[in-house]
Amino acid sequence: MGAEFVQFSLTPILIGTFAAIACALPGNFLILRRQALIGDAISHVVLPGIVVAFLITGIVAAIPMLLGAAGAAIVAVILIEAIRRLGNIEPGAAMGVVFTTMFAAGVLILEQTDTSRVHLDVEHALMGNLESLVWFRAEGWHSLLDPAALATLPDELGRIAVACAIIVALTLVFWRWLKIATFDEGFAQALGIPAAALGFGLVVTAAIAAVAAFDAVGSIIVIAMFICPPAAARLMTNRLEHQIWWSVAFATLSAVLGYVFAGYGPLWFGGENAVSAAGMIAAVSGVILGLACLYGPHRGRVGVGKEEAAA
Amino acid sequence: MTHMEQPTIAAEDGRATAPTAMPSDAPLVLRGVTVSYGEKPAVFSVDATFPARSMSAIIGPNGAGKSTLLKAALGVIPRLSGEIHIFGRPIEKTRERIAYVPQRASVDWDFPTTVMDVVQMGLYRKVGLLGRLSGSLRGRARACLDRVGMADFAHRQIGQLSGGQQQRVFLARALAQDADLYLLDEPFAGVDAATEVAIIDVLKLLKTQGRAVVAVHHDLSTVRDYFDHVFLINVRRIAEGSVEAAFTTANLQATYGGRLAATHLDELSVAG
Amino acid sequence: MTAFLDALLLQAGYNAALVAIGAGLLGFAAGSSGTFLFLRKRALVSDAVAHATLPGVGLAFILMVALGGDGRSLIGLLAGSAVTAWIGLLLIEWIARRTRLAEDAAIGAVLGVFFGLGIVLLTVIQAMSAGRQAGLESFLLGSTAGMLFQDAVVIAVGGTLAVLATWLLRRPMTLVAFDSDYAAAIGYDVRRIDLLMMGLVMAVSVIGLKLVGLILIVAMLIIPPVTARFWTDRSNRVIWIAGGVGGAAGYLGAVLSASAPDLPTGPIIVLVAAAIFVVSLLFAPERGVLAAVLRHRRFQARVHRRQGLLALAAQHLIREPYTLRLLAREGLVRPDGVPTEAGRAQAAKIARDERRWAVAREIHQDAGLTGRYDGLTPIEEVFTTDEIAEFDRRLGPPVPVNPAVGDA
Repeated sequence: MGAEFVQFSLTPILIGTFAAIACALPGNFLILRRQALIGDAISHVVLPGIVVAFLITGIVAAIPMLLGAAGAAIVAVILIEAIRRLGNIEPGAAMGVVFTTMFAAGVLILEQTDTSRVHLDVEHALMGNLESLVWFRAEGWHSLLDPAALATLPDELGRIAVACAIIVALTLVFWRWLKIATFDEGFAQALGIPAAALGFGLVVTAAIAAVAAFDAVGSIIVIAMFICPPAAARLMTNRLEHQIWWSVAFATLSAVLGYVFAGYGPLWFGGENAVSAAGMIAAVSGVILGLACLYGPHRGRVGVGKEEAAA
Repeated sequence: MTHMEQPTIAAEDGRATAPTAMPSDAPLVLRGVTVSYGEKPAVFSVDATFPARSMSAIIGPNGAGKSTLLKAALGVIPRLSGEIHIFGRPIEKTRERIAYVPQRASVDWDFPTTVMDVVQMGLYRKVGLLGRLSGSLRGRARACLDRVGMADFAHRQIGQLSGGQQQRVFLARALAQDADLYLLDEPFAGVDAATEVAIIDVLKLLKTQGRAVVAVHHDLSTVRDYFDHVFLINVRRIAEGSVEAAFTTANLQATYGGRLAATHLDELSVAG
Repeated sequence: MTAFLDALLLQAGYNAALVAIGAGLLGFAAGSSGTFLFLRKRALVSDAVAHATLPGVGLAFILMVALGGDGRSLIGLLAGSAVTAWIGLLLIEWIARRTRLAEDAAIGAVLGVFFGLGIVLLTVIQAMSAGRQAGLESFLLGSTAGMLFQDAVVIAVGGTLAVLATWLLRRPMTLVAFDSDYAAAIGYDVRRIDLLMMGLVMAVSVIGLKLVGLILIVAMLIIPPVTARFWTDRSNRVIWIAGGVGGAAGYLGAVLSASAPDLPTGPIIVLVAAAIFVVSLLFAPERGVLAAVLRHRRFQARVHRRQGLLALAAQHLIREPYTLRLLAREGLVRPDGVPTEAGRAQAAKIARDERRWAVAREIHQDAGLTGRYDGLTPIEEVFTTDEIAEFDRRLGPPVPVNPAVGDA
């Protein structure tokens, strides 16, 4: 747990943790609004967004790609809403149409473009590359105080930290709106809260989280980060405030344990090579959710949901 | 011009009692309001005036557009045409004067929140997005809960309440809004007798304090006991006026058509 | 172009022909079985099922290698994928039934976690036999390049079987999709039919893995039914149209992909289906966007026209500018809102109809008829000529709206 840890494990763990928290916060509201699968749709359109950004700028740089991915997420949300309203199609099916089409277009463009000279490939986009985000110049814990070494921290760490901070701030600022509009949209509108805009803002926030986390865990595993920690948290408590804290704790736990198991787990079993950290983080979050489903103190349903009452 | 037997109220031209002499500062005034879901009008060209210092009931059969009318009045659903005035001003400028009690079934009671949290949602206009919930505001929320007899349940999760208790919580939230016009969507639907009494006591108190109450109401047998003013609707406006003048057999027949058996009408203490 | 025509006419080699036919059949089966899912409002369950195939592929490969094979047998890999997909499906059901979490959360959780597990297994495989990569990544996005003859046979046979199964199960599945309560009442075991339905979806996903890939196979299950929905309101037609759209997309996509390099099969098939969808969304005669926009504008004009005439009849001022413009354009009012002669005549007719309705509601206390007093339905649509004559008899002679002008 010395120099080697700081050099190879510290930054991936931090990046994974920030990514997990950034996704879990909006995930809480997506789940309560029965919009969990928006996370699914967003994460799939990150790839086409990045590809288009690359096509336009011709370079693999962080900022244009983030913008491209965020733009794609917004386009996707607008298209889903348009298809849902114009065609009177249920949201799940509308999502399925939009994100698969955009994903397919992204893959096609990628295959048609000569990207061999740059590091941009589908597998990386899907699976993430947490292990590679190491801090080469670190020589131990003291490097944390060494400006020269700090300057060589992977850029991804700064980006995800900023994104995570923005999402935390947004959640705090709009807390009351989110809570009221998620619980009782009609009442929120009657109060004059712009519920529709708020819903859109939530989705955009989720898109920011997905894009920022994309570097670390890839575009598909983001879905697990959106859903598993908040879903497990919902089964632990009956208060939204506590649910948020639980979800942050579960997200952190998944990220840390996932990374450790991926890096060191195979060694315990006599293997030599580490396995995918992103995949392992998703797996750990799944195990946590499974345990919550089996033993969570508030796992059972009480009260009458909207659907049942309407039936 | 041959008149029907019943007096002025029947909707001969769709807007019979001409709203020309409408008091412009009435709590709730609708003019030519049409709302449609798809190609079918749910509410067609409705004029209505709900008076101050009184309890008004919106009455009509299922699917007659009662809740739609209420939501249109709140500006919660878009309307195809028409105007709505709250105390003589457009809704956007008078929101703080309206309190709203939605249908109980319209929310997810599995939501992770407590009774007190829900009541405090009614204080939102006072505290805004980031304002601190001061001690006096907390006290007010508690007092509102107390008025509906739910003070002991402040920290329960809302899913653990009975239907009547849930309705009381909604009412407490509306009380916390401290408004001049209370709009309630079927406040007595699916609640127990004790709750019904508790709710009506609170509403009557509001009236004596000079506020206006407008409720979508289902139970014709209690109209006379609870309300002063009725508005009968079946997509079109059928009739409106004081209970004595407008809550008549003829108007009910016109509203409900064959759905209201004559024997049933006899049991109601209606005039005419 | 010639390459495309060759492929289209199945002249581009035996493998390509088999793949094209298989893709067409699979597309048909996916479209029609996806319809049941779509009607049941569970379209995205298929997304979770598809992603849940990945760990199965990995496990099957590891198992086959451990047993001494080379691990690349398509049938073996597909069998493995079916097992984990099925487990994923059961987990979704279990979470949604046993806990307070809604189905969408369960779908998302299974999807993300199973995919994550799959990625872990892929990295395990990379490590354990670096040289024998076996191209398991091709299951992510589908690839028919360099496909073995027997793989093409598997796809063609699998597609045929899926179409047959859809045909056999179409009746109970339609019934459950439309009205599960009724189906239960007449003795169908709804839960079993649901599972059968999911089983079929799973089979389609598994067969489509090599062709379209697990991320995009869901498109073949969702896009065709959504597209078909624009063309008809009748359930059995939705099934066949969806099958047709899926089949066309599968066949054309496979052909296009075979006719040029760098055209991955899966994305091409999906994009062909999406193109058909977009055309349907915009231009379908009844439910298309264009038709809907026109209809809504006509409807709004009807409402405003009627309300304007009602106001004229009651001698009220018309306040809304749109109503005024509408009536002025028809020559029913002058720009300042004063009715013209034609306007007064129309208003008189409407006022008369309103009075007729009042009589009708009194005579016919039948909600079915008088319930159509919604302001827009002409009275002639609801009552016969002699009934209306009877209303008129009770009403007495026509009365002019404005004493200055006679009724028209």
